Amino acid sequence: MSVTAVRGGSGVEGIGSLLRRPPGWLLGVAVLALWIAAWAGLRGNDTLALPGLGRTGLHDWFTGLKGDLIDSRESNVLMQVTGVLADLLASIGGWLQELVAQPAFPRPVPQVGWLGVIAVAAWLSHAIAGWRITLLVVASFLSFGLLGLWEDSLDTLIVTFFAVGIALAIGLPLAVWMATSKTVTTLLTPVLDVLQTVPAFIYLLPLTLFFGIGLPAAVAATFLYALAPVVRIAAHGIRSVAASTLEATDSLGQTGRQRLLQVQLPMAKKTIIVGINQTVMAALSMATIAAFVDGPGLGQPVLRALSAQQVGTAFVAGFCIVIMAVMLDRTTTAASVRAETVARAGGRDVRRHRIVLAVSGAAALVLVYLSRTYLWAAEFPDTDLGSSVAAAVQSGADWVTSTFDVVTSGVKNQVTALLLNPLQDLLANSPWWLAAVAIAAFALVLGGVRGCLTAGVCLAGIYLTDLWNDSMVTLTMVLVATLLVMVLAVVLGVWMARRPSVDTVLRPVLDAGQTMPPFVYLIPALLLFGPTRFTAIVAAVIYAAPVAIKLVADGIKGVSPTTVEAATAAGSTPWQVITRVQLPMARGGLVLAANQGLLFVLSMTVIGGLVGAGALGYDSVLGFSQGEFFGKGIAAGAAIVFLGIMLDRVTRRAAERTGAGVH
Amino acid sequence: MTAALSVDQLWKVFGPRADKIVGSPDADLPRAELLDRTGCTAAVKDVSFDVAPGEVFVVMGLSGSGKSTLVRCLTRLIEPTAGEVLLDGEDVRTMSDARLRELRRTHVSMVFQHFGLLPHRQVLDNIAYGLEIRGMKKKQRHARAQEMVDLVGLTGNERSYPDQLSGGMQQRVGLARALAVDPTVMLFDEPFSALDPLIRRDMQAEVIRLHHEVGKTMVFITHDLAEALKLGDRILIMRDGEVVQVGTAAEIVAAPADDYVRDFVSDVPRSHVLTLRYVMRDPRPDDSSDGLVMGPDTIVREAAHAALTSDHPVRVVDDGELVGIVDDETILRVVVAEEAVLA
Ligand SMILES: Nc1ncnc2c1ncn2[C@@H]1O[C@H](COP(=O)(O)OP(=O)(O)O)[C@@H](O)[C@H]1O
Ligand SMILES: [Mg+2]
Repeated sequence: MSVTAVRGGSGVEGIGSLLRRPPGWLLGVAVLALWIAAWAGLRGNDTLALPGLGRTGLHDWFTGLKGDLIDSRESNVLMQVTGVLADLLASIGGWLQELVAQPAFPRPVPQVGWLGVIAVAAWLSHAIAGWRITLLVVASFLSFGLLGLWEDSLDTLIVTFFAVGIALAIGLPLAVWMATSKTVTTLLTPVLDVLQTVPAFIYLLPLTLFFGIGLPAAVAATFLYALAPVVRIAAHGIRSVAASTLEATDSLGQTGRQRLLQVQLPMAKKTIIVGINQTVMAALSMATIAAFVDGPGLGQPVLRALSAQQVGTAFVAGFCIVIMAVMLDRTTTAASVRAETVARAGGRDVRRHRIVLAVSGAAALVLVYLSRTYLWAAEFPDTDLGSSVAAAVQSGADWVTSTFDVVTSGVKNQVTALLLNPLQDLLANSPWWLAAVAIAAFALVLGGVRGCLTAGVCLAGIYLTDLWNDSMVTLTMVLVATLLVMVLAVVLGVWMARRPSVDTVLRPVLDAGQTMPPFVYLIPALLLFGPTRFTAIVAAVIYAAPVAIKLVADGIKGVSPTTVEAATAAGSTPWQVITRVQLPMARGGLVLAANQGLLFVLSMTVIGGLVGAGALGYDSVLGFSQGEFFGKGIAAGAAIVFLGIMLDRVTRRAAERTGAGVH
Repeated sequence: MTAALSVDQLWKVFGPRADKIVGSPDADLPRAELLDRTGCTAAVKDVSFDVAPGEVFVVMGLSGSGKSTLVRCLTRLIEPTAGEVLLDGEDVRTMSDARLRELRRTHVSMVFQHFGLLPHRQVLDNIAYGLEIRGMKKKQRHARAQEMVDLVGLTGNERSYPDQLSGGMQQRVGLARALAVDPTVMLFDEPFSALDPLIRRDMQAEVIRLHHEVGKTMVFITHDLAEALKLGDRILIMRDGEVVQVGTAAEIVAAPADDYVRDFVSDVPRSHVLTLRYVMRDPRPDDSSDGLVMGPDTIVREAAHAALTSDHPVRVVDDGELVGIVDDETILRVVVAEEAVLA
């Protein structure tokens, strides 16, 4: 008797459905072939190329608009309101800076010195996250000081927490409102989508119109960027409270207010803290990038060092950002776990906890007093640790560069010759209308009619920015980087999904990688590859890889084990199981990974303007540094937004069509 | 005596413009057809019944027959589409929000299939929640909650969190929470369906015990006929939102209203349910007058032993009047028919 090892119908059907491949890829190849044929004949015509320092009437008009807006400060209501807000932000921010970071005139030092700051930070972290986290926090603060970046680190923390404070004050009520009203959800979702799709960098330049430069612009940009995660995640948490619990407590006669305060918020507490964690991390990454608008903090030394190609110095500041990211992430994560354990510990433990907090709070106050009174406790002792680390890294970097130059330039030249140049030739040297039609056709194949319409609108927008050619060059980099990300994601994702031990090792690394502000990834890329287009691509790949790898791994793990078992029992080799069953069935996860990869990569290729990425990134950076290019920078920002929305929407539609939603 | 609960021509229609359905010819359509034609589902269709004070009234039907919707309409957790619900003579549908909250806080409480406990609160605070929201002081409500803990047999678990308890214990918490507000009417929506059979039996016994001790009026939803027969003073059988039959267990088993009900009751042990009233024959002049005397509401199984050991047929006497005769053969027929069913 033969035994057929098939469990349940789903295994068989799962395999069967894979045999009916959609003809989408064929259409894609056809579009590509037609494009190449037309390109061969028309190459170099109508490319709309604009030299790096070229400007158009539109760009100058934007620049003029800036002047007009600034002149209309007295009469324009919007300018008046933002002016008042900017003053308010500046004075609160200034007060915070004098409190802990900058000399508080007439004192030569801040109101509270390093010892007091560390004591308060330790006390707070102990209160919300437990003593282990306290050790981490104290060590982090000490390393800021030892590396000679105490002031910059505290400035970054001030911008971050100031913005997070506003984001929570506005975002949490908004989340409650969104969770309880369908209308509000419908209205807010597209706004939040845009806030999250637009690369952080893009917020900055327009905001300088209203908030000037420095701390107010930094806080405003950080707030805007950090708002979306907490609103979204908290609303989701509140909405996900079990309907059965709501119904049961309603049946006891609770009021709407009791329902919110006693049931929904406590039950969503953990998710809300996850949202706060995401908001803090987003804020930190924006607070560092805000160095472009002269925002105070650690971004500034990174930016200065990157512009001067001083890898060692950039490394030290970047290292502080990494430490800060780990510290903030661990603290907020531990706080969400802690919230429960403390509440559950019961009466006596809670009382003991309170006593410990009161005693340690008093001790912290004593240290604060000391740090106000004695210079040694006020001003972090000078060390040359920072500069010696910088020098060591620099010489290490020089050694690496000279030793591995063969390898790195080999890789760089291969990728440039095989991928970058041909694709850029096709995209940027096609007549603009040909490229537009071809891109719209791809959007149609991938995202259906709606995807195609969005692409059409976005392409029209890009055309109108007068930066078509630069946009195509940037798009090339984005596509190449995303391709590399996806290769990495599939290889590592499959490996992680099939080997739990690999997952155990890699996942924490990826989690940590995901929390890093994008800025810091430029440093190792610059170290290895020097300032070129390729450097920005490498940084983008490192930045986007963690999220993509995790999505692929989770997608493959989500493939029903029954199907895999059935395929194995049918005699498939592991390679066949991966390529015929797991990857096709996880294509939802793959498309999601591509979607996230594209967005992460886009934001990085833009910052990459700083390390030689050229094109839109260069235009943006120029917009910050030189007044007459302000308008071109704004236009580049708009082009990036159009690119981002196009890539996001088309891949989202594609994901929906494969049955996976993007959240 | 007024009914504790009186439901009259109650309708609940889900879907777009649901209020236009009731009273229109569409209302008479079968469910599937109505859904096709209008996109609406008539979950509860023209349901009427009364529940007497202290009665345990069971609503039974297959899944999807509208039981949950019906019981939620009673306190407007789901807003009825048409009809009348009177609690102690007061019209629930015209109540203001405040009055409705008052009603839920003090008068009617409910036990749910999926418990609906607050995971972040200890058992004691879960039980006290209904008291807390009506503003009772902490000390008082904890004292009351503690009584309920003892009443439902959870003593020692006051400080546990719901996820530390088994399903049966969680439902005891749900029960205690409903009892804590000292309601006059308790509603149960399949409270034991999610529990293992053995635990379910314990919990059923618990409800019977509590009913004896606290004597609440109860409306109990179930899809399990054995549970219905065990608990219900009367049983209402629903199908596709409509009432098929209302009656005592014996009435339903003895005279099923249609094939749906007959199917339901086909493997019920009849001797456990039927009373002598349903099996006796009319007295004849030649009947022996020496037989045992029993009431017409005696259950067959309880009569069987005595009847079979006596030489004479049982005389069924109601209010001093001889109303029927039950002989050994009749009893054997009920018991043996059942053996055939079980075999
Ligand atoms: N909120 C709702 N919207 C639409 N249809 C519903 C809703 N709730 C229940 N129904 C439908 O009403 C019918 C009765 O459901 P329900 O009362 O839950 O039945 P039961 O509790 O007997 O299983 C079902 O067909 C169900 O699909
Ligand atoms: Mg139900």
